[in-house]
Amino acid sequence: MSNKVTKLDQLEIGDIAKVITIDVSGELRRRLMEMGLTRGTLIEVIGKAPLGDPIEYKFKGYNLSLRKEEANKVVVEH
Amino acid sequence: MSVKTKKVKEMTLDDKRVIEVALAGNPNTGKSTLFNALTGLRQKIGNWPGVTVEKKEGKKRCDGFNLIITDLPGTYSLSAYSLDEKIARSFIIEGKLDVVVQIIDASNLERNLYLTTMLRELGANVVIALNMMDLLEESSSSIDVNKLSKEMGVPVVPMIASSRIGIDDLENTIESIYQKEQKPIRITYSKEIEEVLANVQEILMSIPSIPSDFDSRWLAIQIIQNDPEILTFLKNWNVNKTIIEKLLSFGREDYEAEIIDTKYEFITNVTSKALKRGEEKLTRSDLVDKVVTHKWLGIPIFLIVMWGAFQFVFAISVPFMELIDMLFGWLAGLLVDNINIGWLGSLLGDGIVGGLGAVLIFVPPIFAMFFILSVLEDSGYLARAAFVMDKIMVKFGLHGHSFIPMLLGFGCNVPAIMSTRSLKNNKDRMITILINPFMSCGARMPVFILFAGLFFGAAAGTVIFALYILGIVVAIFTAILLRKTFFKGKSAPFIMELPPYHTPKLRSATVAMWDKGKMYLKKAGTIILIGVMFVWFLAAMPFGGVEYGGPDTWLAAVGTFFEPIFRPLGFDWRIVVALIVGFVAKELVVGALGTIVGGGGSEEGIKDAILADEGFYPLNSLSLMVFTLLYVPCAAVIGVMRKETGSWRWTIFAVVYSTVIAWLFALVVFQLGSLMNLGL
Ligand SMILES: Nc1nc2c(ncn2[C@@H]2O[C@H](COP(=O)(O)OP(=O)(O)O)[C@@H](O)[C@H]2O)c(=O)[nH]1
Ligand SMILES: [Mg+2]
Repeated sequence: MSNKVTKLDQLEIGDIAKVITIDVSGELRRRLMEMGLTRGTLIEVIGKAPLGDPIEYKFKGYNLSLRKEEANKVVVEH
Repeated sequence: MSVKTKKVKEMTLDDKRVIEVALAGNPNTGKSTLFNALTGLRQKIGNWPGVTVEKKEGKKRCDGFNLIITDLPGTYSLSAYSLDEKIARSFIIEGKLDVVVQIIDASNLERNLYLTTMLRELGANVVIALNMMDLLEESSSSIDVNKLSKEMGVPVVPMIASSRIGIDDLENTIESIYQKEQKPIRITYSKEIEEVLANVQEILMSIPSIPSDFDSRWLAIQIIQNDPEILTFLKNWNVNKTIIEKLLSFGREDYEAEIIDTKYEFITNVTSKALKRGEEKLTRSDLVDKVVTHKWLGIPIFLIVMWGAFQFVFAISVPFMELIDMLFGWLAGLLVDNINIGWLGSLLGDGIVGGLGAVLIFVPPIFAMFFILSVLEDSGYLARAAFVMDKIMVKFGLHGHSFIPMLLGFGCNVPAIMSTRSLKNNKDRMITILINPFMSCGARMPVFILFAGLFFGAAAGTVIFALYILGIVVAIFTAILLRKTFFKGKSAPFIMELPPYHTPKLRSATVAMWDKGKMYLKKAGTIILIGVMFVWFLAAMPFGGVEYGGPDTWLAAVGTFFEPIFRPLGFDWRIVVALIVGFVAKELVVGALGTIVGGGGSEEGIKDAILADEGFYPLNSLSLMVFTLLYVPCAAVIGVMRKETGSWRWTIFAVVYSTVIAWLFALVVFQLGSLMNLGL
């Protein structure tokens, strides 16, 4: 990790990053955080759908898919 | 909830205590498996009041006590944003429950424990059923059950629900804790939040109208997070307006994030003590995913899996279908020949047995379809299919989850429309329901097979394939249209768990097949049977002397009346009659034609009669197939649409829209075909 701050959707397959914050408010933030995307969580990019979107991530021991649009709201340190 | 509700409930009959239990848990943790293992077949399936979310209740007799078990919707949380969560939450608050069993996937402990923290904060009396212990072992991780129990302040029962291991332990644990008051775990938030909570709680304590079921700390936590349902609560309790305003003014955007962060910190602390992780590497599932969602391989694999599923359905069901056809053909013949009271033999033979056979013949493919879908779902692939298809679906105004109901529609539109319940956003769901009838269900197949086979010879397969594609195209066109007009807005986020791949279990696939197949049998036993008898009646009236299904019957009169509307499509009164009958159920179309053109009820006889008849030729059989493809599949679909959309307006819209579309497409086919003079 080179401590660069970026958005989750910008990462490449195989990258591992650390969640800093969720850059959106309301229901979407709540749902992302409740699924476990909380401060300090380590997250790995597992793969992308054949058409590039959505993207599969792994964190807290399980796999979750997010569309680019949603992943773009997750600020990470990479 | 509170101590007061935990009275011992006596059952007058056998004098056993009744313990009321709810099953909570994240999706895919084995909730259904546990529920079935506990209750067996003693279940009642219905809906939660006022909404189309399934509610299952069951009973279990145990040694010295009885359990009444309610299955809550699978949720990750208990906030008031989604319908499922609202239902689960209010049932826990108001359900006078003795115990809430939370089933947890042991191989996914952290995220599962988040729901536990919410249940405990709510004040529920919780038992953790720590499921999937076999998978945990496989992953070479381990959980210290005693530590977990101590840290979370609740009993923990390890189990493997799919092998019925741990069920007895769970029952005994429920019995041993149901009268005990658990001390709520108290997650301590930041100093600032704790101060605000104290202030809010103080105000709440001074309001006498708040029912004792509600824990004041829980209420305070919800209030400062701007929980959307709190205002309704407060209003229902007739809390004074200025006090409500005062309370709500404590809410702040960032408290919510801080509270969730703190909960997960608490959980991380628990798991650091109770969970020993195996070596962290890519699991087998991750590796499979790399292939299944691969840039170039993903879509071909998807297509191959779908093709394989269809092959399976047909290969398995054809022998059974032939058997049913033979059996009912023989039985019908027997009745007609041997019952000498004229009309009775005909009613029993031609009408009921013949009609029933025409319906039951679809049981094998429909059951096979549900079986294979359940296998795909259990294996974990269906979630990947939604993942692979999401982007395309969104382009069409749909959602990744719309894909499964569309696929199911090829079997039967009734359960397909019911399966749209997995779509949590109302607009996504409405569009998915309204386009579903264009997915060509199994009942339309016999019409295609008959006419394509008779008139298109070697090209029959291509014609049928083109019809399926036409249905899909019309569905997509309709979806885009609806998204641009009545259901404007973006499709819901695609925050979906991709569960690890499992080896599917024969038992759960069989149970799912039976559960869903039953709906089809029910439809067959009611609507279709009534339809069959109605057709028989019209075809036999007026009594005395008219030839069954001949041109002097009431049936013919109805067809002749509507014929002018359909003449531009190339249909005479006999086809019109078959189509009107098909409005009740597509299964009846071929049979009705048989009744009218004659042919003695057998498939071969109908074929010969149609070939010999000048009223049928390639071009009008093509427009007949197009019309059959696109208009309302059956009366049962109308019923289920009404139920699932909750609106007569949209149901009527769907009926009128699809009939108009069917008429237009059939018109274009027939008129273009005539113009181009293809010699059809
Ligand atoms: N290996 C294993 N699989 C299980 C266990 N319990 C349930 N399953 C499987 O997990 C999948 C999901 O189970 P289901 O009961 O449908 O979960 P639900 O979504 O929570 O209702 C099914 O394939 C079950 O057969 C278990 O203890 N061990
Ligand atoms: Mg289930």
